Amino acid sequence: MTIRLSLASVVLGLLLGLLGASAKISSNIALRGAGGFYTSLVRGVPETLWVLMAYYGTTSLMNWLGSHFGNPHLTLSPFAAGTIALGLCFGAYATEVFRGALLSLHPGQREAGLALGMSRLRIFWRITLPQLWRVALPGLGNLYLIMLKDTALVSLISLEEIMRKAQVAANATKEPFTFYFMAALIYLGLTVVIMAALHWFEYRANRGYARTEL
Amino acid sequence: MSWAERWEMIVRWAPMLWDGTLVTLQLVGIAVVVGLFFAIPLGLARASRHWYIRALPYSYIFFFRGTPLLLQLFLVYYGLSQFEVVRDSVLWPYLREPYWCALITMTLHTAAYIAEILRGAIQAVPPGEVEAARALGMSRRQALQHIILPRAIRIGLPAYGNEIILMLKASAVVYTVTLLDIMGVVRTLNARTYQYEMFFLIAGLIYLVITLVFTQLFKLVERWLKVDASRTR
Repeated sequence: MTIRLSLASVVLGLLLGLLGASAKISSNIALRGAGGFYTSLVRGVPETLWVLMAYYGTTSLMNWLGSHFGNPHLTLSPFAAGTIALGLCFGAYATEVFRGALLSLHPGQREAGLALGMSRLRIFWRITLPQLWRVALPGLGNLYLIMLKDTALVSLISLEEIMRKAQVAANATKEPFTFYFMAALIYLGLTVVIMAALHWFEYRANRGYARTEL
Repeated sequence: MSWAERWEMIVRWAPMLWDGTLVTLQLVGIAVVVGLFFAIPLGLARASRHWYIRALPYSYIFFFRGTPLLLQLFLVYYGLSQFEVVRDSVLWPYLREPYWCALITMTLHTAAYIAEILRGAIQAVPPGEVEAARALGMSRRQALQHIILPRAIRIGLPAYGNEIILMLKASAVVYTVTLLDIMGVVRTLNARTYQYEMFFLIAGLIYLVITLVFTQLFKLVERWLKVDASRTR
């Protein structure tokens, strides 16, 4: 469940991050303002609060929405609330990573694409994104590792992930240390696996590039 | 609910929210300062040339950075009581208290992060400066004291400021062990008044304000220490 939650949040977060970064470097002042507002608001408030807010703070909104679709008892599941909260936070940090990466691309490439008559979407998909990925990967990897640990917060809204399971087992067996320590080992194991995967991704993304060695 | 009623409710609970803010600030303040003192030997050992000196701080940092703070808190608060040795020890009156557990966990947690910042800063000191100090006849200790550490502090300071903000946000989990920090007060008020959105909003504002005030303060400190003096502008 932890893995599923983190993957769902990462997808949402990457989308938000791309949108946020595009907004922040756009020439439209309103979009820039909205991007800046999003990142400073989300990054200034604890993840715990976002998780609780996404779950408990949306009940009346969801009920109101649901009443329009004939289901007045509509609420967000813990999984959906957790994904929204963590995705929102990941997106805000990813915005900064993507912004840095977008700025590192040479504007001439985009202009060349335009001159060749490519549409803006096509330029983004064919030229910008493949290069962006390479530059942004290390930063995004760090964010993913941080987010993996934030998934523990979703146990507060009773999603059955590692932390919650450890809690249940600890209460049932009266051996809290054993089970919390096992949970810690699982998190460490996941971290190691993800680090290895990221290493491989970076290696693949950097084929054909010289690396600066110190 | 009308705006007047809302306002009245906020005014009525404002003192409690203020107390919660103080608890949060106190926990974070003590943790990042004591954590810094723990972090100095850790960071120095982590930057050592010998693997056997590096190994222990490395595992400490790996554990505390690789697991969630919430889990570490539960490990200390609920986990330690599993052992009779702990329950019979002189430390038990402290380890029984949620406040002390939160403080200990947060300090150990942030020490790992600060140690890593310190290591990065020490390794970012240009090797030429260290060699110059040694060439001038300074001992290793003198070079560390007069060249490496003052330089590393300036290099690491912005990252330390970020760490304090991260700790401020991470501290929101301590409400789970019944502490009445900002989040704890908000959860209490949620249960007492059935108002969720409003108090979440207020909590968010309090955290935002603390973050903003703090970033400005830290900018002043950076200017005072001339952090960017070596950078060309």
